[in-house]
Amino acid sequence: MTAVIEDDAAVGAAVALGPERRNPSVRLSSWRERLGPVVVFGLFIGLWYLVSAWALEAVFNKPAFLVPPPHEVITESFLSSAKIRNEMLRGLWLSTQVAFLGLVIAMVLGMTVAVLMSRARWIERSLFPYAVALQAVPILAFVPLIGSLLGFSFTARVLVCVIISLFPIIANTLFGLLSAESGQHDLFSLHGAGRLKRLTKLQLPAALPSIFTGFRISAGLSVIGAVVGDFFFRQGEAGIGRLIDVYRSRADNPQMFGAVILAAVLGIVVFWIFGFISRLAVGRWHEATGQS
Amino acid sequence: MADLAASLDCDRILVAMTDSIIPESAARGAPAGPALDPVALAFEHVSMVFPDGTHALQDVSFQVRRGEFVTIVGPSGCGKSTVLRIASGLLRGATGTFQLADDNIGYVFQDATLLPWRTVEKNVELFAELHGVSKHERRQRSQAAIELVGLSGFEGSYPRRLSGGMRMRASLARSLALDPKLFFFDEPFGALDEITRENLNEELLALFVHQNFSALFITHSIAEAVYLSSRVLVMSSRPGRLVAEFAVPFPYPRTEDLRYHPAFAELSGQVSQALREAH
Repeated sequence: MTAVIEDDAAVGAAVALGPERRNPSVRLSSWRERLGPVVVFGLFIGLWYLVSAWALEAVFNKPAFLVPPPHEVITESFLSSAKIRNEMLRGLWLSTQVAFLGLVIAMVLGMTVAVLMSRARWIERSLFPYAVALQAVPILAFVPLIGSLLGFSFTARVLVCVIISLFPIIANTLFGLLSAESGQHDLFSLHGAGRLKRLTKLQLPAALPSIFTGFRISAGLSVIGAVVGDFFFRQGEAGIGRLIDVYRSRADNPQMFGAVILAAVLGIVVFWIFGFISRLAVGRWHEATGQS
Repeated sequence: MADLAASLDCDRILVAMTDSIIPESAARGAPAGPALDPVALAFEHVSMVFPDGTHALQDVSFQVRRGEFVTIVGPSGCGKSTVLRIASGLLRGATGTFQLADDNIGYVFQDATLLPWRTVEKNVELFAELHGVSKHERRQRSQAAIELVGLSGFEGSYPRRLSGGMRMRASLARSLALDPKLFFFDEPFGALDEITRENLNEELLALFVHQNFSALFITHSIAEAVYLSSRVLVMSSRPGRLVAEFAVPFPYPRTEDLRYHPAFAELSGQVSQALREAH
């Protein structure tokens, strides 16, 4: 643990000294970067086997089938039956579409609201409490309401995703827009720049790193939204959330775990994608993004 | 002598030399000497009280004439920067009158205030971009300005890769690109180490001699003030008042040797004395 912290400090110092001196510490940490995830993954699988094969019965006094071992989950879910595999992939695809569309709408809406808030203090003061409320009220309370209003349709599921992923985008974009330094604003004032130029050439670029942070958080939330919405909407085509519920009710625990894994993988992939786009967009000039 | 004065560089040298070697009338071919140079910036009885009641400036009057390098020294927080903010229009609410001969001013802050998402070249192009200058001309101007400050080869670098001194050069180039006739400097080298600071002093003087601008410079370094300026104004602590004025007789272009000249030390001593009394 200590070693890791020291290594981080070394990387930080090397960056300050310039790119040419960074190499040794990067080489030192790169094998850790490669090996670390493998080791942790191994530990995770090991723990799973431990729970499944021993702890569940010996410690918790519960039947072992509640948590099937990993190999069983994989074979039962994806290998042994083409029907189940296709059902899952189909559900995953549906949930992906829902999450993606919800996220895109939340991005456009959230950034627009944040830009409006950054224009005038009174707009921020009037709107922000609702944005917070959106975050604080449990989404589960909304889902049945949305279902009865919009029907258990694709639109309703997308709406759940929008609601759940809106706040981080608003909050992070607003924070970013307001983060431009006063000295930088002075430059624009000195040269008579209007609000639009100030927004497009100063505030939005300055906000990009935090906007992407918001996107990454919201991308994960949107996947949760898709799964949760689906979980409740028992009509229409089954997404991955519905499948989880179906397998649970049938006590098909290997398949249930398989579906949970797919949902988790979707979340991770979306998170990675936005991390990648973010590095592409701002990594060259934004130190923290460039390293992450 | 009057013929020589037609050439701009010589003009500057003569302005500075008038106090020491050449009689004013001979230098200018006119009795009033430097007083005939057009006024680039004039403050008359300017006072500033901030909304929170802070009395920043009190009855400040001075002029910067074309070709002059005027420096204001004063204790920290005395309102030196406020002078620049009022003159540039960044700060409103001052009383009294102040006049700018030309709106095209350069303004260099203590922070380089570069936009981190722009390369050096794009940063230097910023002002021209804000004024709607065509891309081609923007590029030409930024190239020239980058060359002037000695940043050639770093056009494509992002600010985070530059040292403090290089960032300040880029900041200087950004203002130079618009070729302003009057430059405001708000302690631009205050955050730099001594050696970098002295190097940049040299280069700033070279630019002053060649680029034909007037300058109003803020610093709390007396050595910097005397080395750079044709005139040094001393400001008291808050509320800021101008309490002393020194003409600096050393001719431009000045070289590093000047720093070790007894006359330089003596003048610095006088400014220092005035500054102590101003506290």
